[in-house]
Amino acid sequence: MILGKNDKIFDILIYTIIAIVVFLCIMPFIHILALSFSSSGAVIAQKVTLFPVGFNFEAYVRVFTDQTMIHSLILTIGITIAFTILGMFLIICAAYPLTKKRLKGRKIMSMLCIFTLYFSGGLIPNYLLISKLNMMNTLWSLILPLAFSAFNMIILKNFFVAIPESLEESAHLDGCSDVGILLKIVLPLSTPALATLALFYAVGRWNTFQDALFYITKPTLYPLQLKLNMIVSASASSESFGESGNGAQLVPEVLKSASVIFATVPILIIYPFLQKYFVSGVMVGAVKG
Amino acid sequence: MSNNVPTQNQVKVKKQLRTKNNIFYFIKRDIALYLMFFIPLCFLLVFYYAPMYGLIIAFKDYDVTRAFSESAWIGLDAFKEVFHSSDFYLVLRNTIVLNFLDLIVGFPTPIILAILLNEVRCKWFKKISQTIMYLPHFLSWIIIAGISYQLLSPSTGLMNILIRHLGGQSVPFLTEKWHWLATYNVIGVWQTAGWGTIIYLAAITGINSELYEAAGIDGAGRLKKIWHISLPGIRSTIIVMLIITLGRILGIGLERPYAIGNPIVREFSDVISTYVYRVGIQSLRFNIGTAVGLFQSIVGLILVLITDSIAKKFGEDGIL
Repeated sequence: MILGKNDKIFDILIYTIIAIVVFLCIMPFIHILALSFSSSGAVIAQKVTLFPVGFNFEAYVRVFTDQTMIHSLILTIGITIAFTILGMFLIICAAYPLTKKRLKGRKIMSMLCIFTLYFSGGLIPNYLLISKLNMMNTLWSLILPLAFSAFNMIILKNFFVAIPESLEESAHLDGCSDVGILLKIVLPLSTPALATLALFYAVGRWNTFQDALFYITKPTLYPLQLKLNMIVSASASSESFGESGNGAQLVPEVLKSASVIFATVPILIIYPFLQKYFVSGVMVGAVKG
Repeated sequence: MSNNVPTQNQVKVKKQLRTKNNIFYFIKRDIALYLMFFIPLCFLLVFYYAPMYGLIIAFKDYDVTRAFSESAWIGLDAFKEVFHSSDFYLVLRNTIVLNFLDLIVGFPTPIILAILLNEVRCKWFKKISQTIMYLPHFLSWIIIAGISYQLLSPSTGLMNILIRHLGGQSVPFLTEKWHWLATYNVIGVWQTAGWGTIIYLAAITGINSELYEAAGIDGAGRLKKIWHISLPGIRSTIIVMLIITLGRILGIGLERPYAIGNPIVREFSDVISTYVYRVGIQSLRFNIGTAVGLFQSIVGLILVLITDSIAKKFGEDGIL
């Protein structure tokens, strides 16, 4: 293909626009990162833009030595792991039977799952249910209710269906039970889908704070997002931090920024995996509907 | 007695065998599968269908101290109160307006970005751009709010520092309602635009490359190729996405308005979900909260059914 002059101008335009967009995407984040490493004096003097001024770890020392933050982090990690494991277990148990055409009542079972995607009881009935089940202010309220996701289940089911029936048939002939086929053939072949969905679950649980907002009122049980919310919306953030023994006064902006970064780092750590699996997951979801 | 006339007993036994074949045989054969499904089914029943039954609260004067079934039946009174309250119409208006703005600004953006990305020939530039553009999608709204407050604060925010540097006055991005409206919109686009390109890029790569070659031979420039091939090629994807988005016009999550909103801009930031939270949970007016929720669910369902059938009329697969 011969590149004419017009083409070159076009290219420059496109690259520039995309570069600007990319910069806009990441700039806010870099600014917060810079703030978190800057000295309070520089922040007050409004000198910090994209690079730290007066580089120090002061804010992070405060964050990492804050018992409540660490406690909240550990709680959240625990909830996320439990939620993911339970969720994966549930959707496997639901998806596999639904792939068997010979199963009587398969249509009704499928409808029961799909209907929940389009209609729900709404906030109040769910709230009252959790209350009646005595799950208010317990971690179970964050693990159990949303564990079964019909959306994820459908994605998994579509993946299972794509596995050639001949494999399962030959296993049947060899005397393998249904459960055996699931464990020995279907699951090992589904690891990309399982990884993708596990990440969907984990990231979803990590970022969602709505249910914690409703069900958790004891500050000691706050998952990380809720704790972060407290810090970010507090006017004097030093109030929401536990005593750390260090007398140095830190400007709220620096502490808040450090807290934000603190809550984001776990996502950033697994981001390479997220990108790879999420993108393929979205494609699968989109193609299969 | 001849051989080909079965006795009464033989007929009975045959009939029994046939009925057994119809129900118990299948359950017994696939018992493992049924048991497997039973576990998630329990979760479905407890956490999804039980609350649906609880929608009855919208029609009762629910008193937490009394038993559920003892509460008085008030019929449509709760709904009447809701539809007569100006608060409700305010949040309804806000919900629709916010969603509509998202549609106008936020819908075309990923499409344009996808088309632009598709024109990038340098592989590593494309990869890095995409990696960075996807990042906002993975941030929670609390984190995004935290970043936004810091960036857009009237006094210490970076944006206003720059504006003042250039001789302007501080802009109340988040503290004045009209500015808040625009800011809310832009933040939403910031979060979703990059991620939204995935689906459109996938659709674009599905376009037959021979079309581009043929157009090139006919003398079409890059712009013409985009206009006449890329865009029409993803037309069906655009339509389906548009329809899905329209179907959700009444639904709005609580997290984004809650995190980005504040009491000052309450007039614009209060939406159906935050209203239900305030009135239903914080003020304990359960039947009102449930009534609004039921209204939202039913309208949402109807919209989905309508938009899905429209999508099917366009020849698309729809989502149902």
